[in-house]
Amino acid sequence: MSAQTDDELWSAIGDPSRRQVLDLLVSNGSVSASWLAGRVPFSRQAVSKHLVVLERAGLIRRRKQGREVLYQVEADRLDQAARAMADVAAQWDRRLDMIKRLAEAAHAENKRKQEEEPS
Amino acid sequence: MPGLAIEREILIEAPADVVWRTITEPEQVSQWFADRVDLVIEPGAHGYMQFGDQGGPVVVQVVDPPNRFSFRWNYPRGEEPVAGNSMLVEFTLTREGEERTRLRVTESGHELTGWPDAEKQRYADEHQEGWGEFLDRLTTLLAKRQ
Repeated sequence: MSAQTDDELWSAIGDPSRRQVLDLLVSNGSVSASWLAGRVPFSRQAVSKHLVVLERAGLIRRRKQGREVLYQVEADRLDQAARAMADVAAQWDRRLDMIKRLAEAAHAENKRKQEEEPS
Repeated sequence: MPGLAIEREILIEAPADVVWRTITEPEQVSQWFADRVDLVIEPGAHGYMQFGDQGGPVVVQVVDPPNRFSFRWNYPRGEEPVAGNSMLVEFTLTREGEERTRLRVTESGHELTGWPDAEKQRYADEHQEGWGEFLDRLTTLLAKRQ
């Protein structure tokens, strides 16, 4: 993923209202903007804006069914977001493990010195 | 904390002051974080960290030994790191006995880089579920649908 797409992805999911819209799409499959608007505490206009941002980030796609436009999630892209986030967490786990080893070794060394030279 | 924060923690069999030195002394930081660390541990101090062939500036935020240490990193060159253009890393140390310390790290700010200011403000004003729970739930739901 390029830095640009990263930014778009994080911005898209970082917003709690957009997460609510995404959540509804994940749970309900293909639905219209009006259907979504009936289930969120913000306006139909706000729903449309959120859908645009989510689509631009590649998290959802639209398709026409008759005269209606339906939205659905892009599962691959969402997985990608989940994986990117898990990677960052795993990186911190590795760093914390290293800190633990260093601190415990330093502590053991301190104790050993104290035993050698009782004050 | 609302939004996208990564939180991890670990239990260390060492007193808090030993853990504190491990996370703040540059020669030790270079063993678990960056390859090269130029850092003075004072609030507001500007430093530099080198990772392989990449490197970036760092600014120290909170220094409260041996309890809290935080810094900002990953901000554009030449800019002051502030909420919105950088990542905030916060360490919290909690004593769990004479020789045991719980170390927690939180990294936040991923979602705010690249946002228009008005949106950042609105986002900061909202206090809703964290990113982690949201992602867990989505992943579960997606697994069920596939």
